[in-house]
Amino acid sequence: MRNFVSDRARDIPPSGIRKFFDLALTMSDVISLGVGEPDFRTPWNICEAGIYSVEQGATSYTPNRGLQTLRRALAIHLANRYQLRYSPDDEMIITTGVSEGLDIAIRAIVNPGDEVLIAEPSYVSYAPCVALAGGIPVPIECTEQDHFRLNPDKLQEKITPKSKALIVNFPNNPTGAIMRKEDLEPIADIVTDRDLMLISDEVYSELTYESPHVAAATVKDLRERTITLNGFSKAYAMTGWRIGYLCAPKEICDAALKIHQYVMLCAPAMGQIGALEALRSAEDEKTSMISEYRLRRNSFVAGLNRIGLSCHVPEGAFYAFPSVKGTGLSDVEFAERLLREQRVAVVPGSVFGAGGEYHLRCAYAVSREELTEALGRMESFINGL
Amino acid sequence: MDDKDLELLRILEENSRLSAQEIGSMTNLIPAEVEARIHALEESRIIRKYTTVINWEKAGNGEVSAIIELKVSPERDFGYDRIAERLSRFRQVRTLRLITGTYDLQLMVSGKNVQEVSRFVSEHVAPMDRIRETATHIVMKSYKENGNTLFEQQEAERLPYSF
Repeated sequence: MRNFVSDRARDIPPSGIRKFFDLALTMSDVISLGVGEPDFRTPWNICEAGIYSVEQGATSYTPNRGLQTLRRALAIHLANRYQLRYSPDDEMIITTGVSEGLDIAIRAIVNPGDEVLIAEPSYVSYAPCVALAGGIPVPIECTEQDHFRLNPDKLQEKITPKSKALIVNFPNNPTGAIMRKEDLEPIADIVTDRDLMLISDEVYSELTYESPHVAAATVKDLRERTITLNGFSKAYAMTGWRIGYLCAPKEICDAALKIHQYVMLCAPAMGQIGALEALRSAEDEKTSMISEYRLRRNSFVAGLNRIGLSCHVPEGAFYAFPSVKGTGLSDVEFAERLLREQRVAVVPGSVFGAGGEYHLRCAYAVSREELTEALGRMESFINGL
Repeated sequence: MDDKDLELLRILEENSRLSAQEIGSMTNLIPAEVEARIHALEESRIIRKYTTVINWEKAGNGEVSAIIELKVSPERDFGYDRIAERLSRFRQVRTLRLITGTYDLQLMVSGKNVQEVSRFVSEHVAPMDRIRETATHIVMKSYKENGNTLFEQQEAERLPYSF
């Protein structure tokens, strides 16, 4: 029999944490700082809205773009909160999580051979999605010296005549870095001068602790060349509901919609109704979750620095990204031994691409008690080295 | 009172046993300042008391509690305050509030058994001047107290790793 696996599927590198995942599942009493999702449950009013919608029989397909009520509410929310103005009828698609939004955004603009610049360390799906679309991922390293922000000079260096787009994710998974307006402005100039499209994954936009999030599309002339991706997973603790959205100028949005209607048809109906409820009345719940993350961040980051893992203060998302350079171990060694010897799960930074090595991604989306216990175990581990 | 004080109050309301050190690291304050601020909040009686949420039913002490609603004729110059203050002196009255609606005052009362609670209502509360009507509701089961659910919830299963 032939080998039926396509070259593209074959060439996707295996997950960098498979081994850790399998190991952790065989162990008990593991404290996991390895998760990329909130530890809170979805606020109950959102759950109720979802349950009620099912009881009322709202179990069919929705329009391809998503429920009009949700898109309208979202347009108002984006305008009020981020000064982002998108037409709910022409410039918005409700997607099945940001993951789908990312895929259709890339496929809408990338031709085979196009280079797509990716600000790394980054979420793990950017490069594979670019490759699946026939594009060539080109990493740009964001360094600790730059507070893990995207340095415009480094962006310039990587641009070639084949460059088509730039993917950024701020607040960032895994570093927790944010880009302020003054950091985005020089990037905007380059993107415009070099005629690139910007894909901005802003799924952590609600989770900032020092200053409000600045949406990339509001900076200079970026709106006409930006695809804004966002979703409900992180801010409202709704990861399993799978609701994201893509906003872009009409022409791009139309192209993405064609792909969306064939590969996804529509985002889950119940999830969309839950998302609408989130926008209508989960503001207080969201705010209290954010205050809790802030408290945890402050004590956890102080704790990491105290035990000798130097860590910049992450201004967004719910990740700390400490360095293990001082320990003499690589990030992978550190993470594996920490799991085996102290039963604390963290993700080695090198999994997230350029600039990630010698760092660990520690999610502080766990209870304060678990964070304290994890810090204690990490300290014992370091003292035993 | 400033934002930091509010933050401290919210932290303490959730868990009043945290050390000044722990609270300091969460709020970026040095422990001495945490202590000073908490002391000031205690002095100004914003912090009234440190207490514990207990599932008494599980502890099996058999206490009975009741919600008692009262219709009260307010007094000239004092409104409801004087009678409410008198009522609140009783040890049995755990919570006392002025409310809108059919009744005026709402009490949470606890006692060793139903007899004790009813005796308290009939002998001490109902005969008081200005109380026109009482309605006593015995609590059968408590599901949530002070923001804490008292029933066991299944832990949501999370993957040990996700990106």
